[in-house]
Amino acid sequence: MAFNYDSYLRMEKMPTLWCWGCGDGVILKAFIRAIDKLGWQKDDICVVSGIGCSGRFSSYVDFNTVHTTHGRTVAFATGIKLANPDKHVICVAGDGDGLAIGGNHTIHGCRRNIDITLIIIQNFIYGLTNSQTSPTTPRGFWTVSQKVGNIDPTFDGCKLAEAAGASFVARENVTAPKKLEKILMQAMEHKGFSYVEAVSNCHINLGRKNKMQNAMANLDWIDSITMSKKKWDALPEEEKQNYLPTGILKQDTEAEEYCEMYKEVQKAHQGLRGPITQDDFEKKL
Amino acid sequence: MSATREIISTGNDLAAIAAVDAGCMFFGGYPITPSSEVMHTISDLLPKVGGTAIQMEDEIAGVAAAIGAGMAGVRTLTATSGPGISLKAENLGLAQMAEVPMVVVNVMRGGPSTGLPTRVAQGDVAQAKNPSHGDYKSITLCAGTLAECYTETVRAFNLADRFMQPVFVLLDETLGHMHGKAMLPTVEEVKAGIVPRKKFEGDPADYRPYGVAQDEPAVLNPMFEGYRYHFTGLHHDAMGFPTEEIETCRKLIDRLFRKVDEHRDEIESNEEYMLDDAEILLIGYGSASLAIKEAVNVLREEGIKAGLFRPITIWPSPEERMYELGQKFDKVLVVELNQGQYLEEVQRCMGRRDINKLTKTNGRPFSPADIIEKVKEL
Repeated sequence: MAFNYDSYLRMEKMPTLWCWGCGDGVILKAFIRAIDKLGWQKDDICVVSGIGCSGRFSSYVDFNTVHTTHGRTVAFATGIKLANPDKHVICVAGDGDGLAIGGNHTIHGCRRNIDITLIIIQNFIYGLTNSQTSPTTPRGFWTVSQKVGNIDPTFDGCKLAEAAGASFVARENVTAPKKLEKILMQAMEHKGFSYVEAVSNCHINLGRKNKMQNAMANLDWIDSITMSKKKWDALPEEEKQNYLPTGILKQDTEAEEYCEMYKEVQKAHQGLRGPITQDDFEKKL
Repeated sequence: MSATREIISTGNDLAAIAAVDAGCMFFGGYPITPSSEVMHTISDLLPKVGGTAIQMEDEIAGVAAAIGAGMAGVRTLTATSGPGISLKAENLGLAQMAEVPMVVVNVMRGGPSTGLPTRVAQGDVAQAKNPSHGDYKSITLCAGTLAECYTETVRAFNLADRFMQPVFVLLDETLGHMHGKAMLPTVEEVKAGIVPRKKFEGDPADYRPYGVAQDEPAVLNPMFEGYRYHFTGLHHDAMGFPTEEIETCRKLIDRLFRKVDEHRDEIESNEEYMLDDAEILLIGYGSASLAIKEAVNVLREEGIKAGLFRPITIWPSPEERMYELGQKFDKVLVVELNQGQYLEEVQRCMGRRDINKLTKTNGRPFSPADIIEKVKEL
């Protein structure tokens, strides 16, 4: 029997505002299937989004949903999660939302390793506002704000998340929806901050001006610049910078989760334990 | 509230203590002079009662985390000073639009920009009225005594839940760092006075969080309890979903104003000091009113009948009372630690332009002598 998405969607909001052939719909479906597999109750889930095409994600799913200001998803989600440590909080942001205007919150969400899943819909462009350069736009691409070609160096969000302390980091393409579904499931199941970059197409506002006239051309390009981490690891060093590795890039199940650590703060203030000292942590600096 | 409990403390500490006594369970903030002690103190108090205080990565995140907790359903606080409000402004607009209750303590310092971080000013009065872009109706309380740093913070939490929006409590560097005796109501009395936000108890299928009477705030149930709806800063319909439908958009902003305007009697609070037989009217608020009262006392000893009108709720302003006073008094003097931000409001309410002003923006408080001298010139 075909999978029933309807019970997770706000059907009265369909069709979505996303363009025909947009990868956001693939991510939405993979996300719903992952939630279904986890068996989580709709009332126990909160989805927080920011501004951009990804911002509309929260309004389509029948959970507790929040559409916040540009870039601030993780900061809002931190308050929601700390007030409800046993509930599931998932952020959805775009590459502009999560890595440019919201970069600071992404860094510090990762650093705290708070149990939030951040899904970055990475389409290499500001789509909703018509083709401005994003931190992930490849150099030499046409954007409406750099019509002779983008000179800004690009930014690997997964590397940032790893360095900042996220305990789960992964990347997957919309061209591999089953793999994406599995990775989203693993990310949401993971205790700690999980960062998932879902590489998606924007043939309307990236592709058309960059020799990818339709969704398929844009998706083919995504396939051509991505490869499994295993293959990527085997590449000569000088070639690695031209490809993005997919799959789970980091998974640390030992790292202390922030809400759990805060319980120790509460205990210390309540006289149920002594003060927290360096002895409580393996990593000293 | 009665004043039966004596406590020696500072304005900043009293604001933090008041928040916890009023049932606040979450604080999100960022260090900034001269308000940091609010965070220092509440970081000790909240975990004791099972709450959470977090120092976020910046001012924007501080208020965002606090609003997030408020959306989830708990009483929530942030504290900062003027530069922090400037940074928080966009998210405060979201809280106004999505009707998320919270308290924002602003311990004012000299501005603009970095200004005079360790010195007093009342320069954020205009900002408190409209910190964010767009149309909404601010509620701002201004503490004038140490005790009010406590009682106005308590009142702010109850007003926030009543009107479902951020409520500002303005302190300033003088009050925030003033150390002295305050007579407070008992914690029991504060707890008994808590009026939590309204909750819809019926069938979730019938729930319309924003589908309320045109002079009432949204009814936002806590998250995770079976009432799934949507928060957004976009114009939204009865369920909170984005819409551009003409009549819905008109009614939403109209309601954000009317929910406050039509219940001003629940919000307004003023003090009138030696006003009954006064011949000269002084208007001031916040810590400046301490010097004004002293000046009134001295002037009266010298046979000059001065009196003070002190708005405690400065936004919305006490329009009717100020109009009456403007009709009654020939000589009016507004005293404030800025270049006349509230003076403009007094002029508007009184419908008069011949209002005198005594202003100061060098980071120093008024001395009673400044005020006495000015009154004698009138």
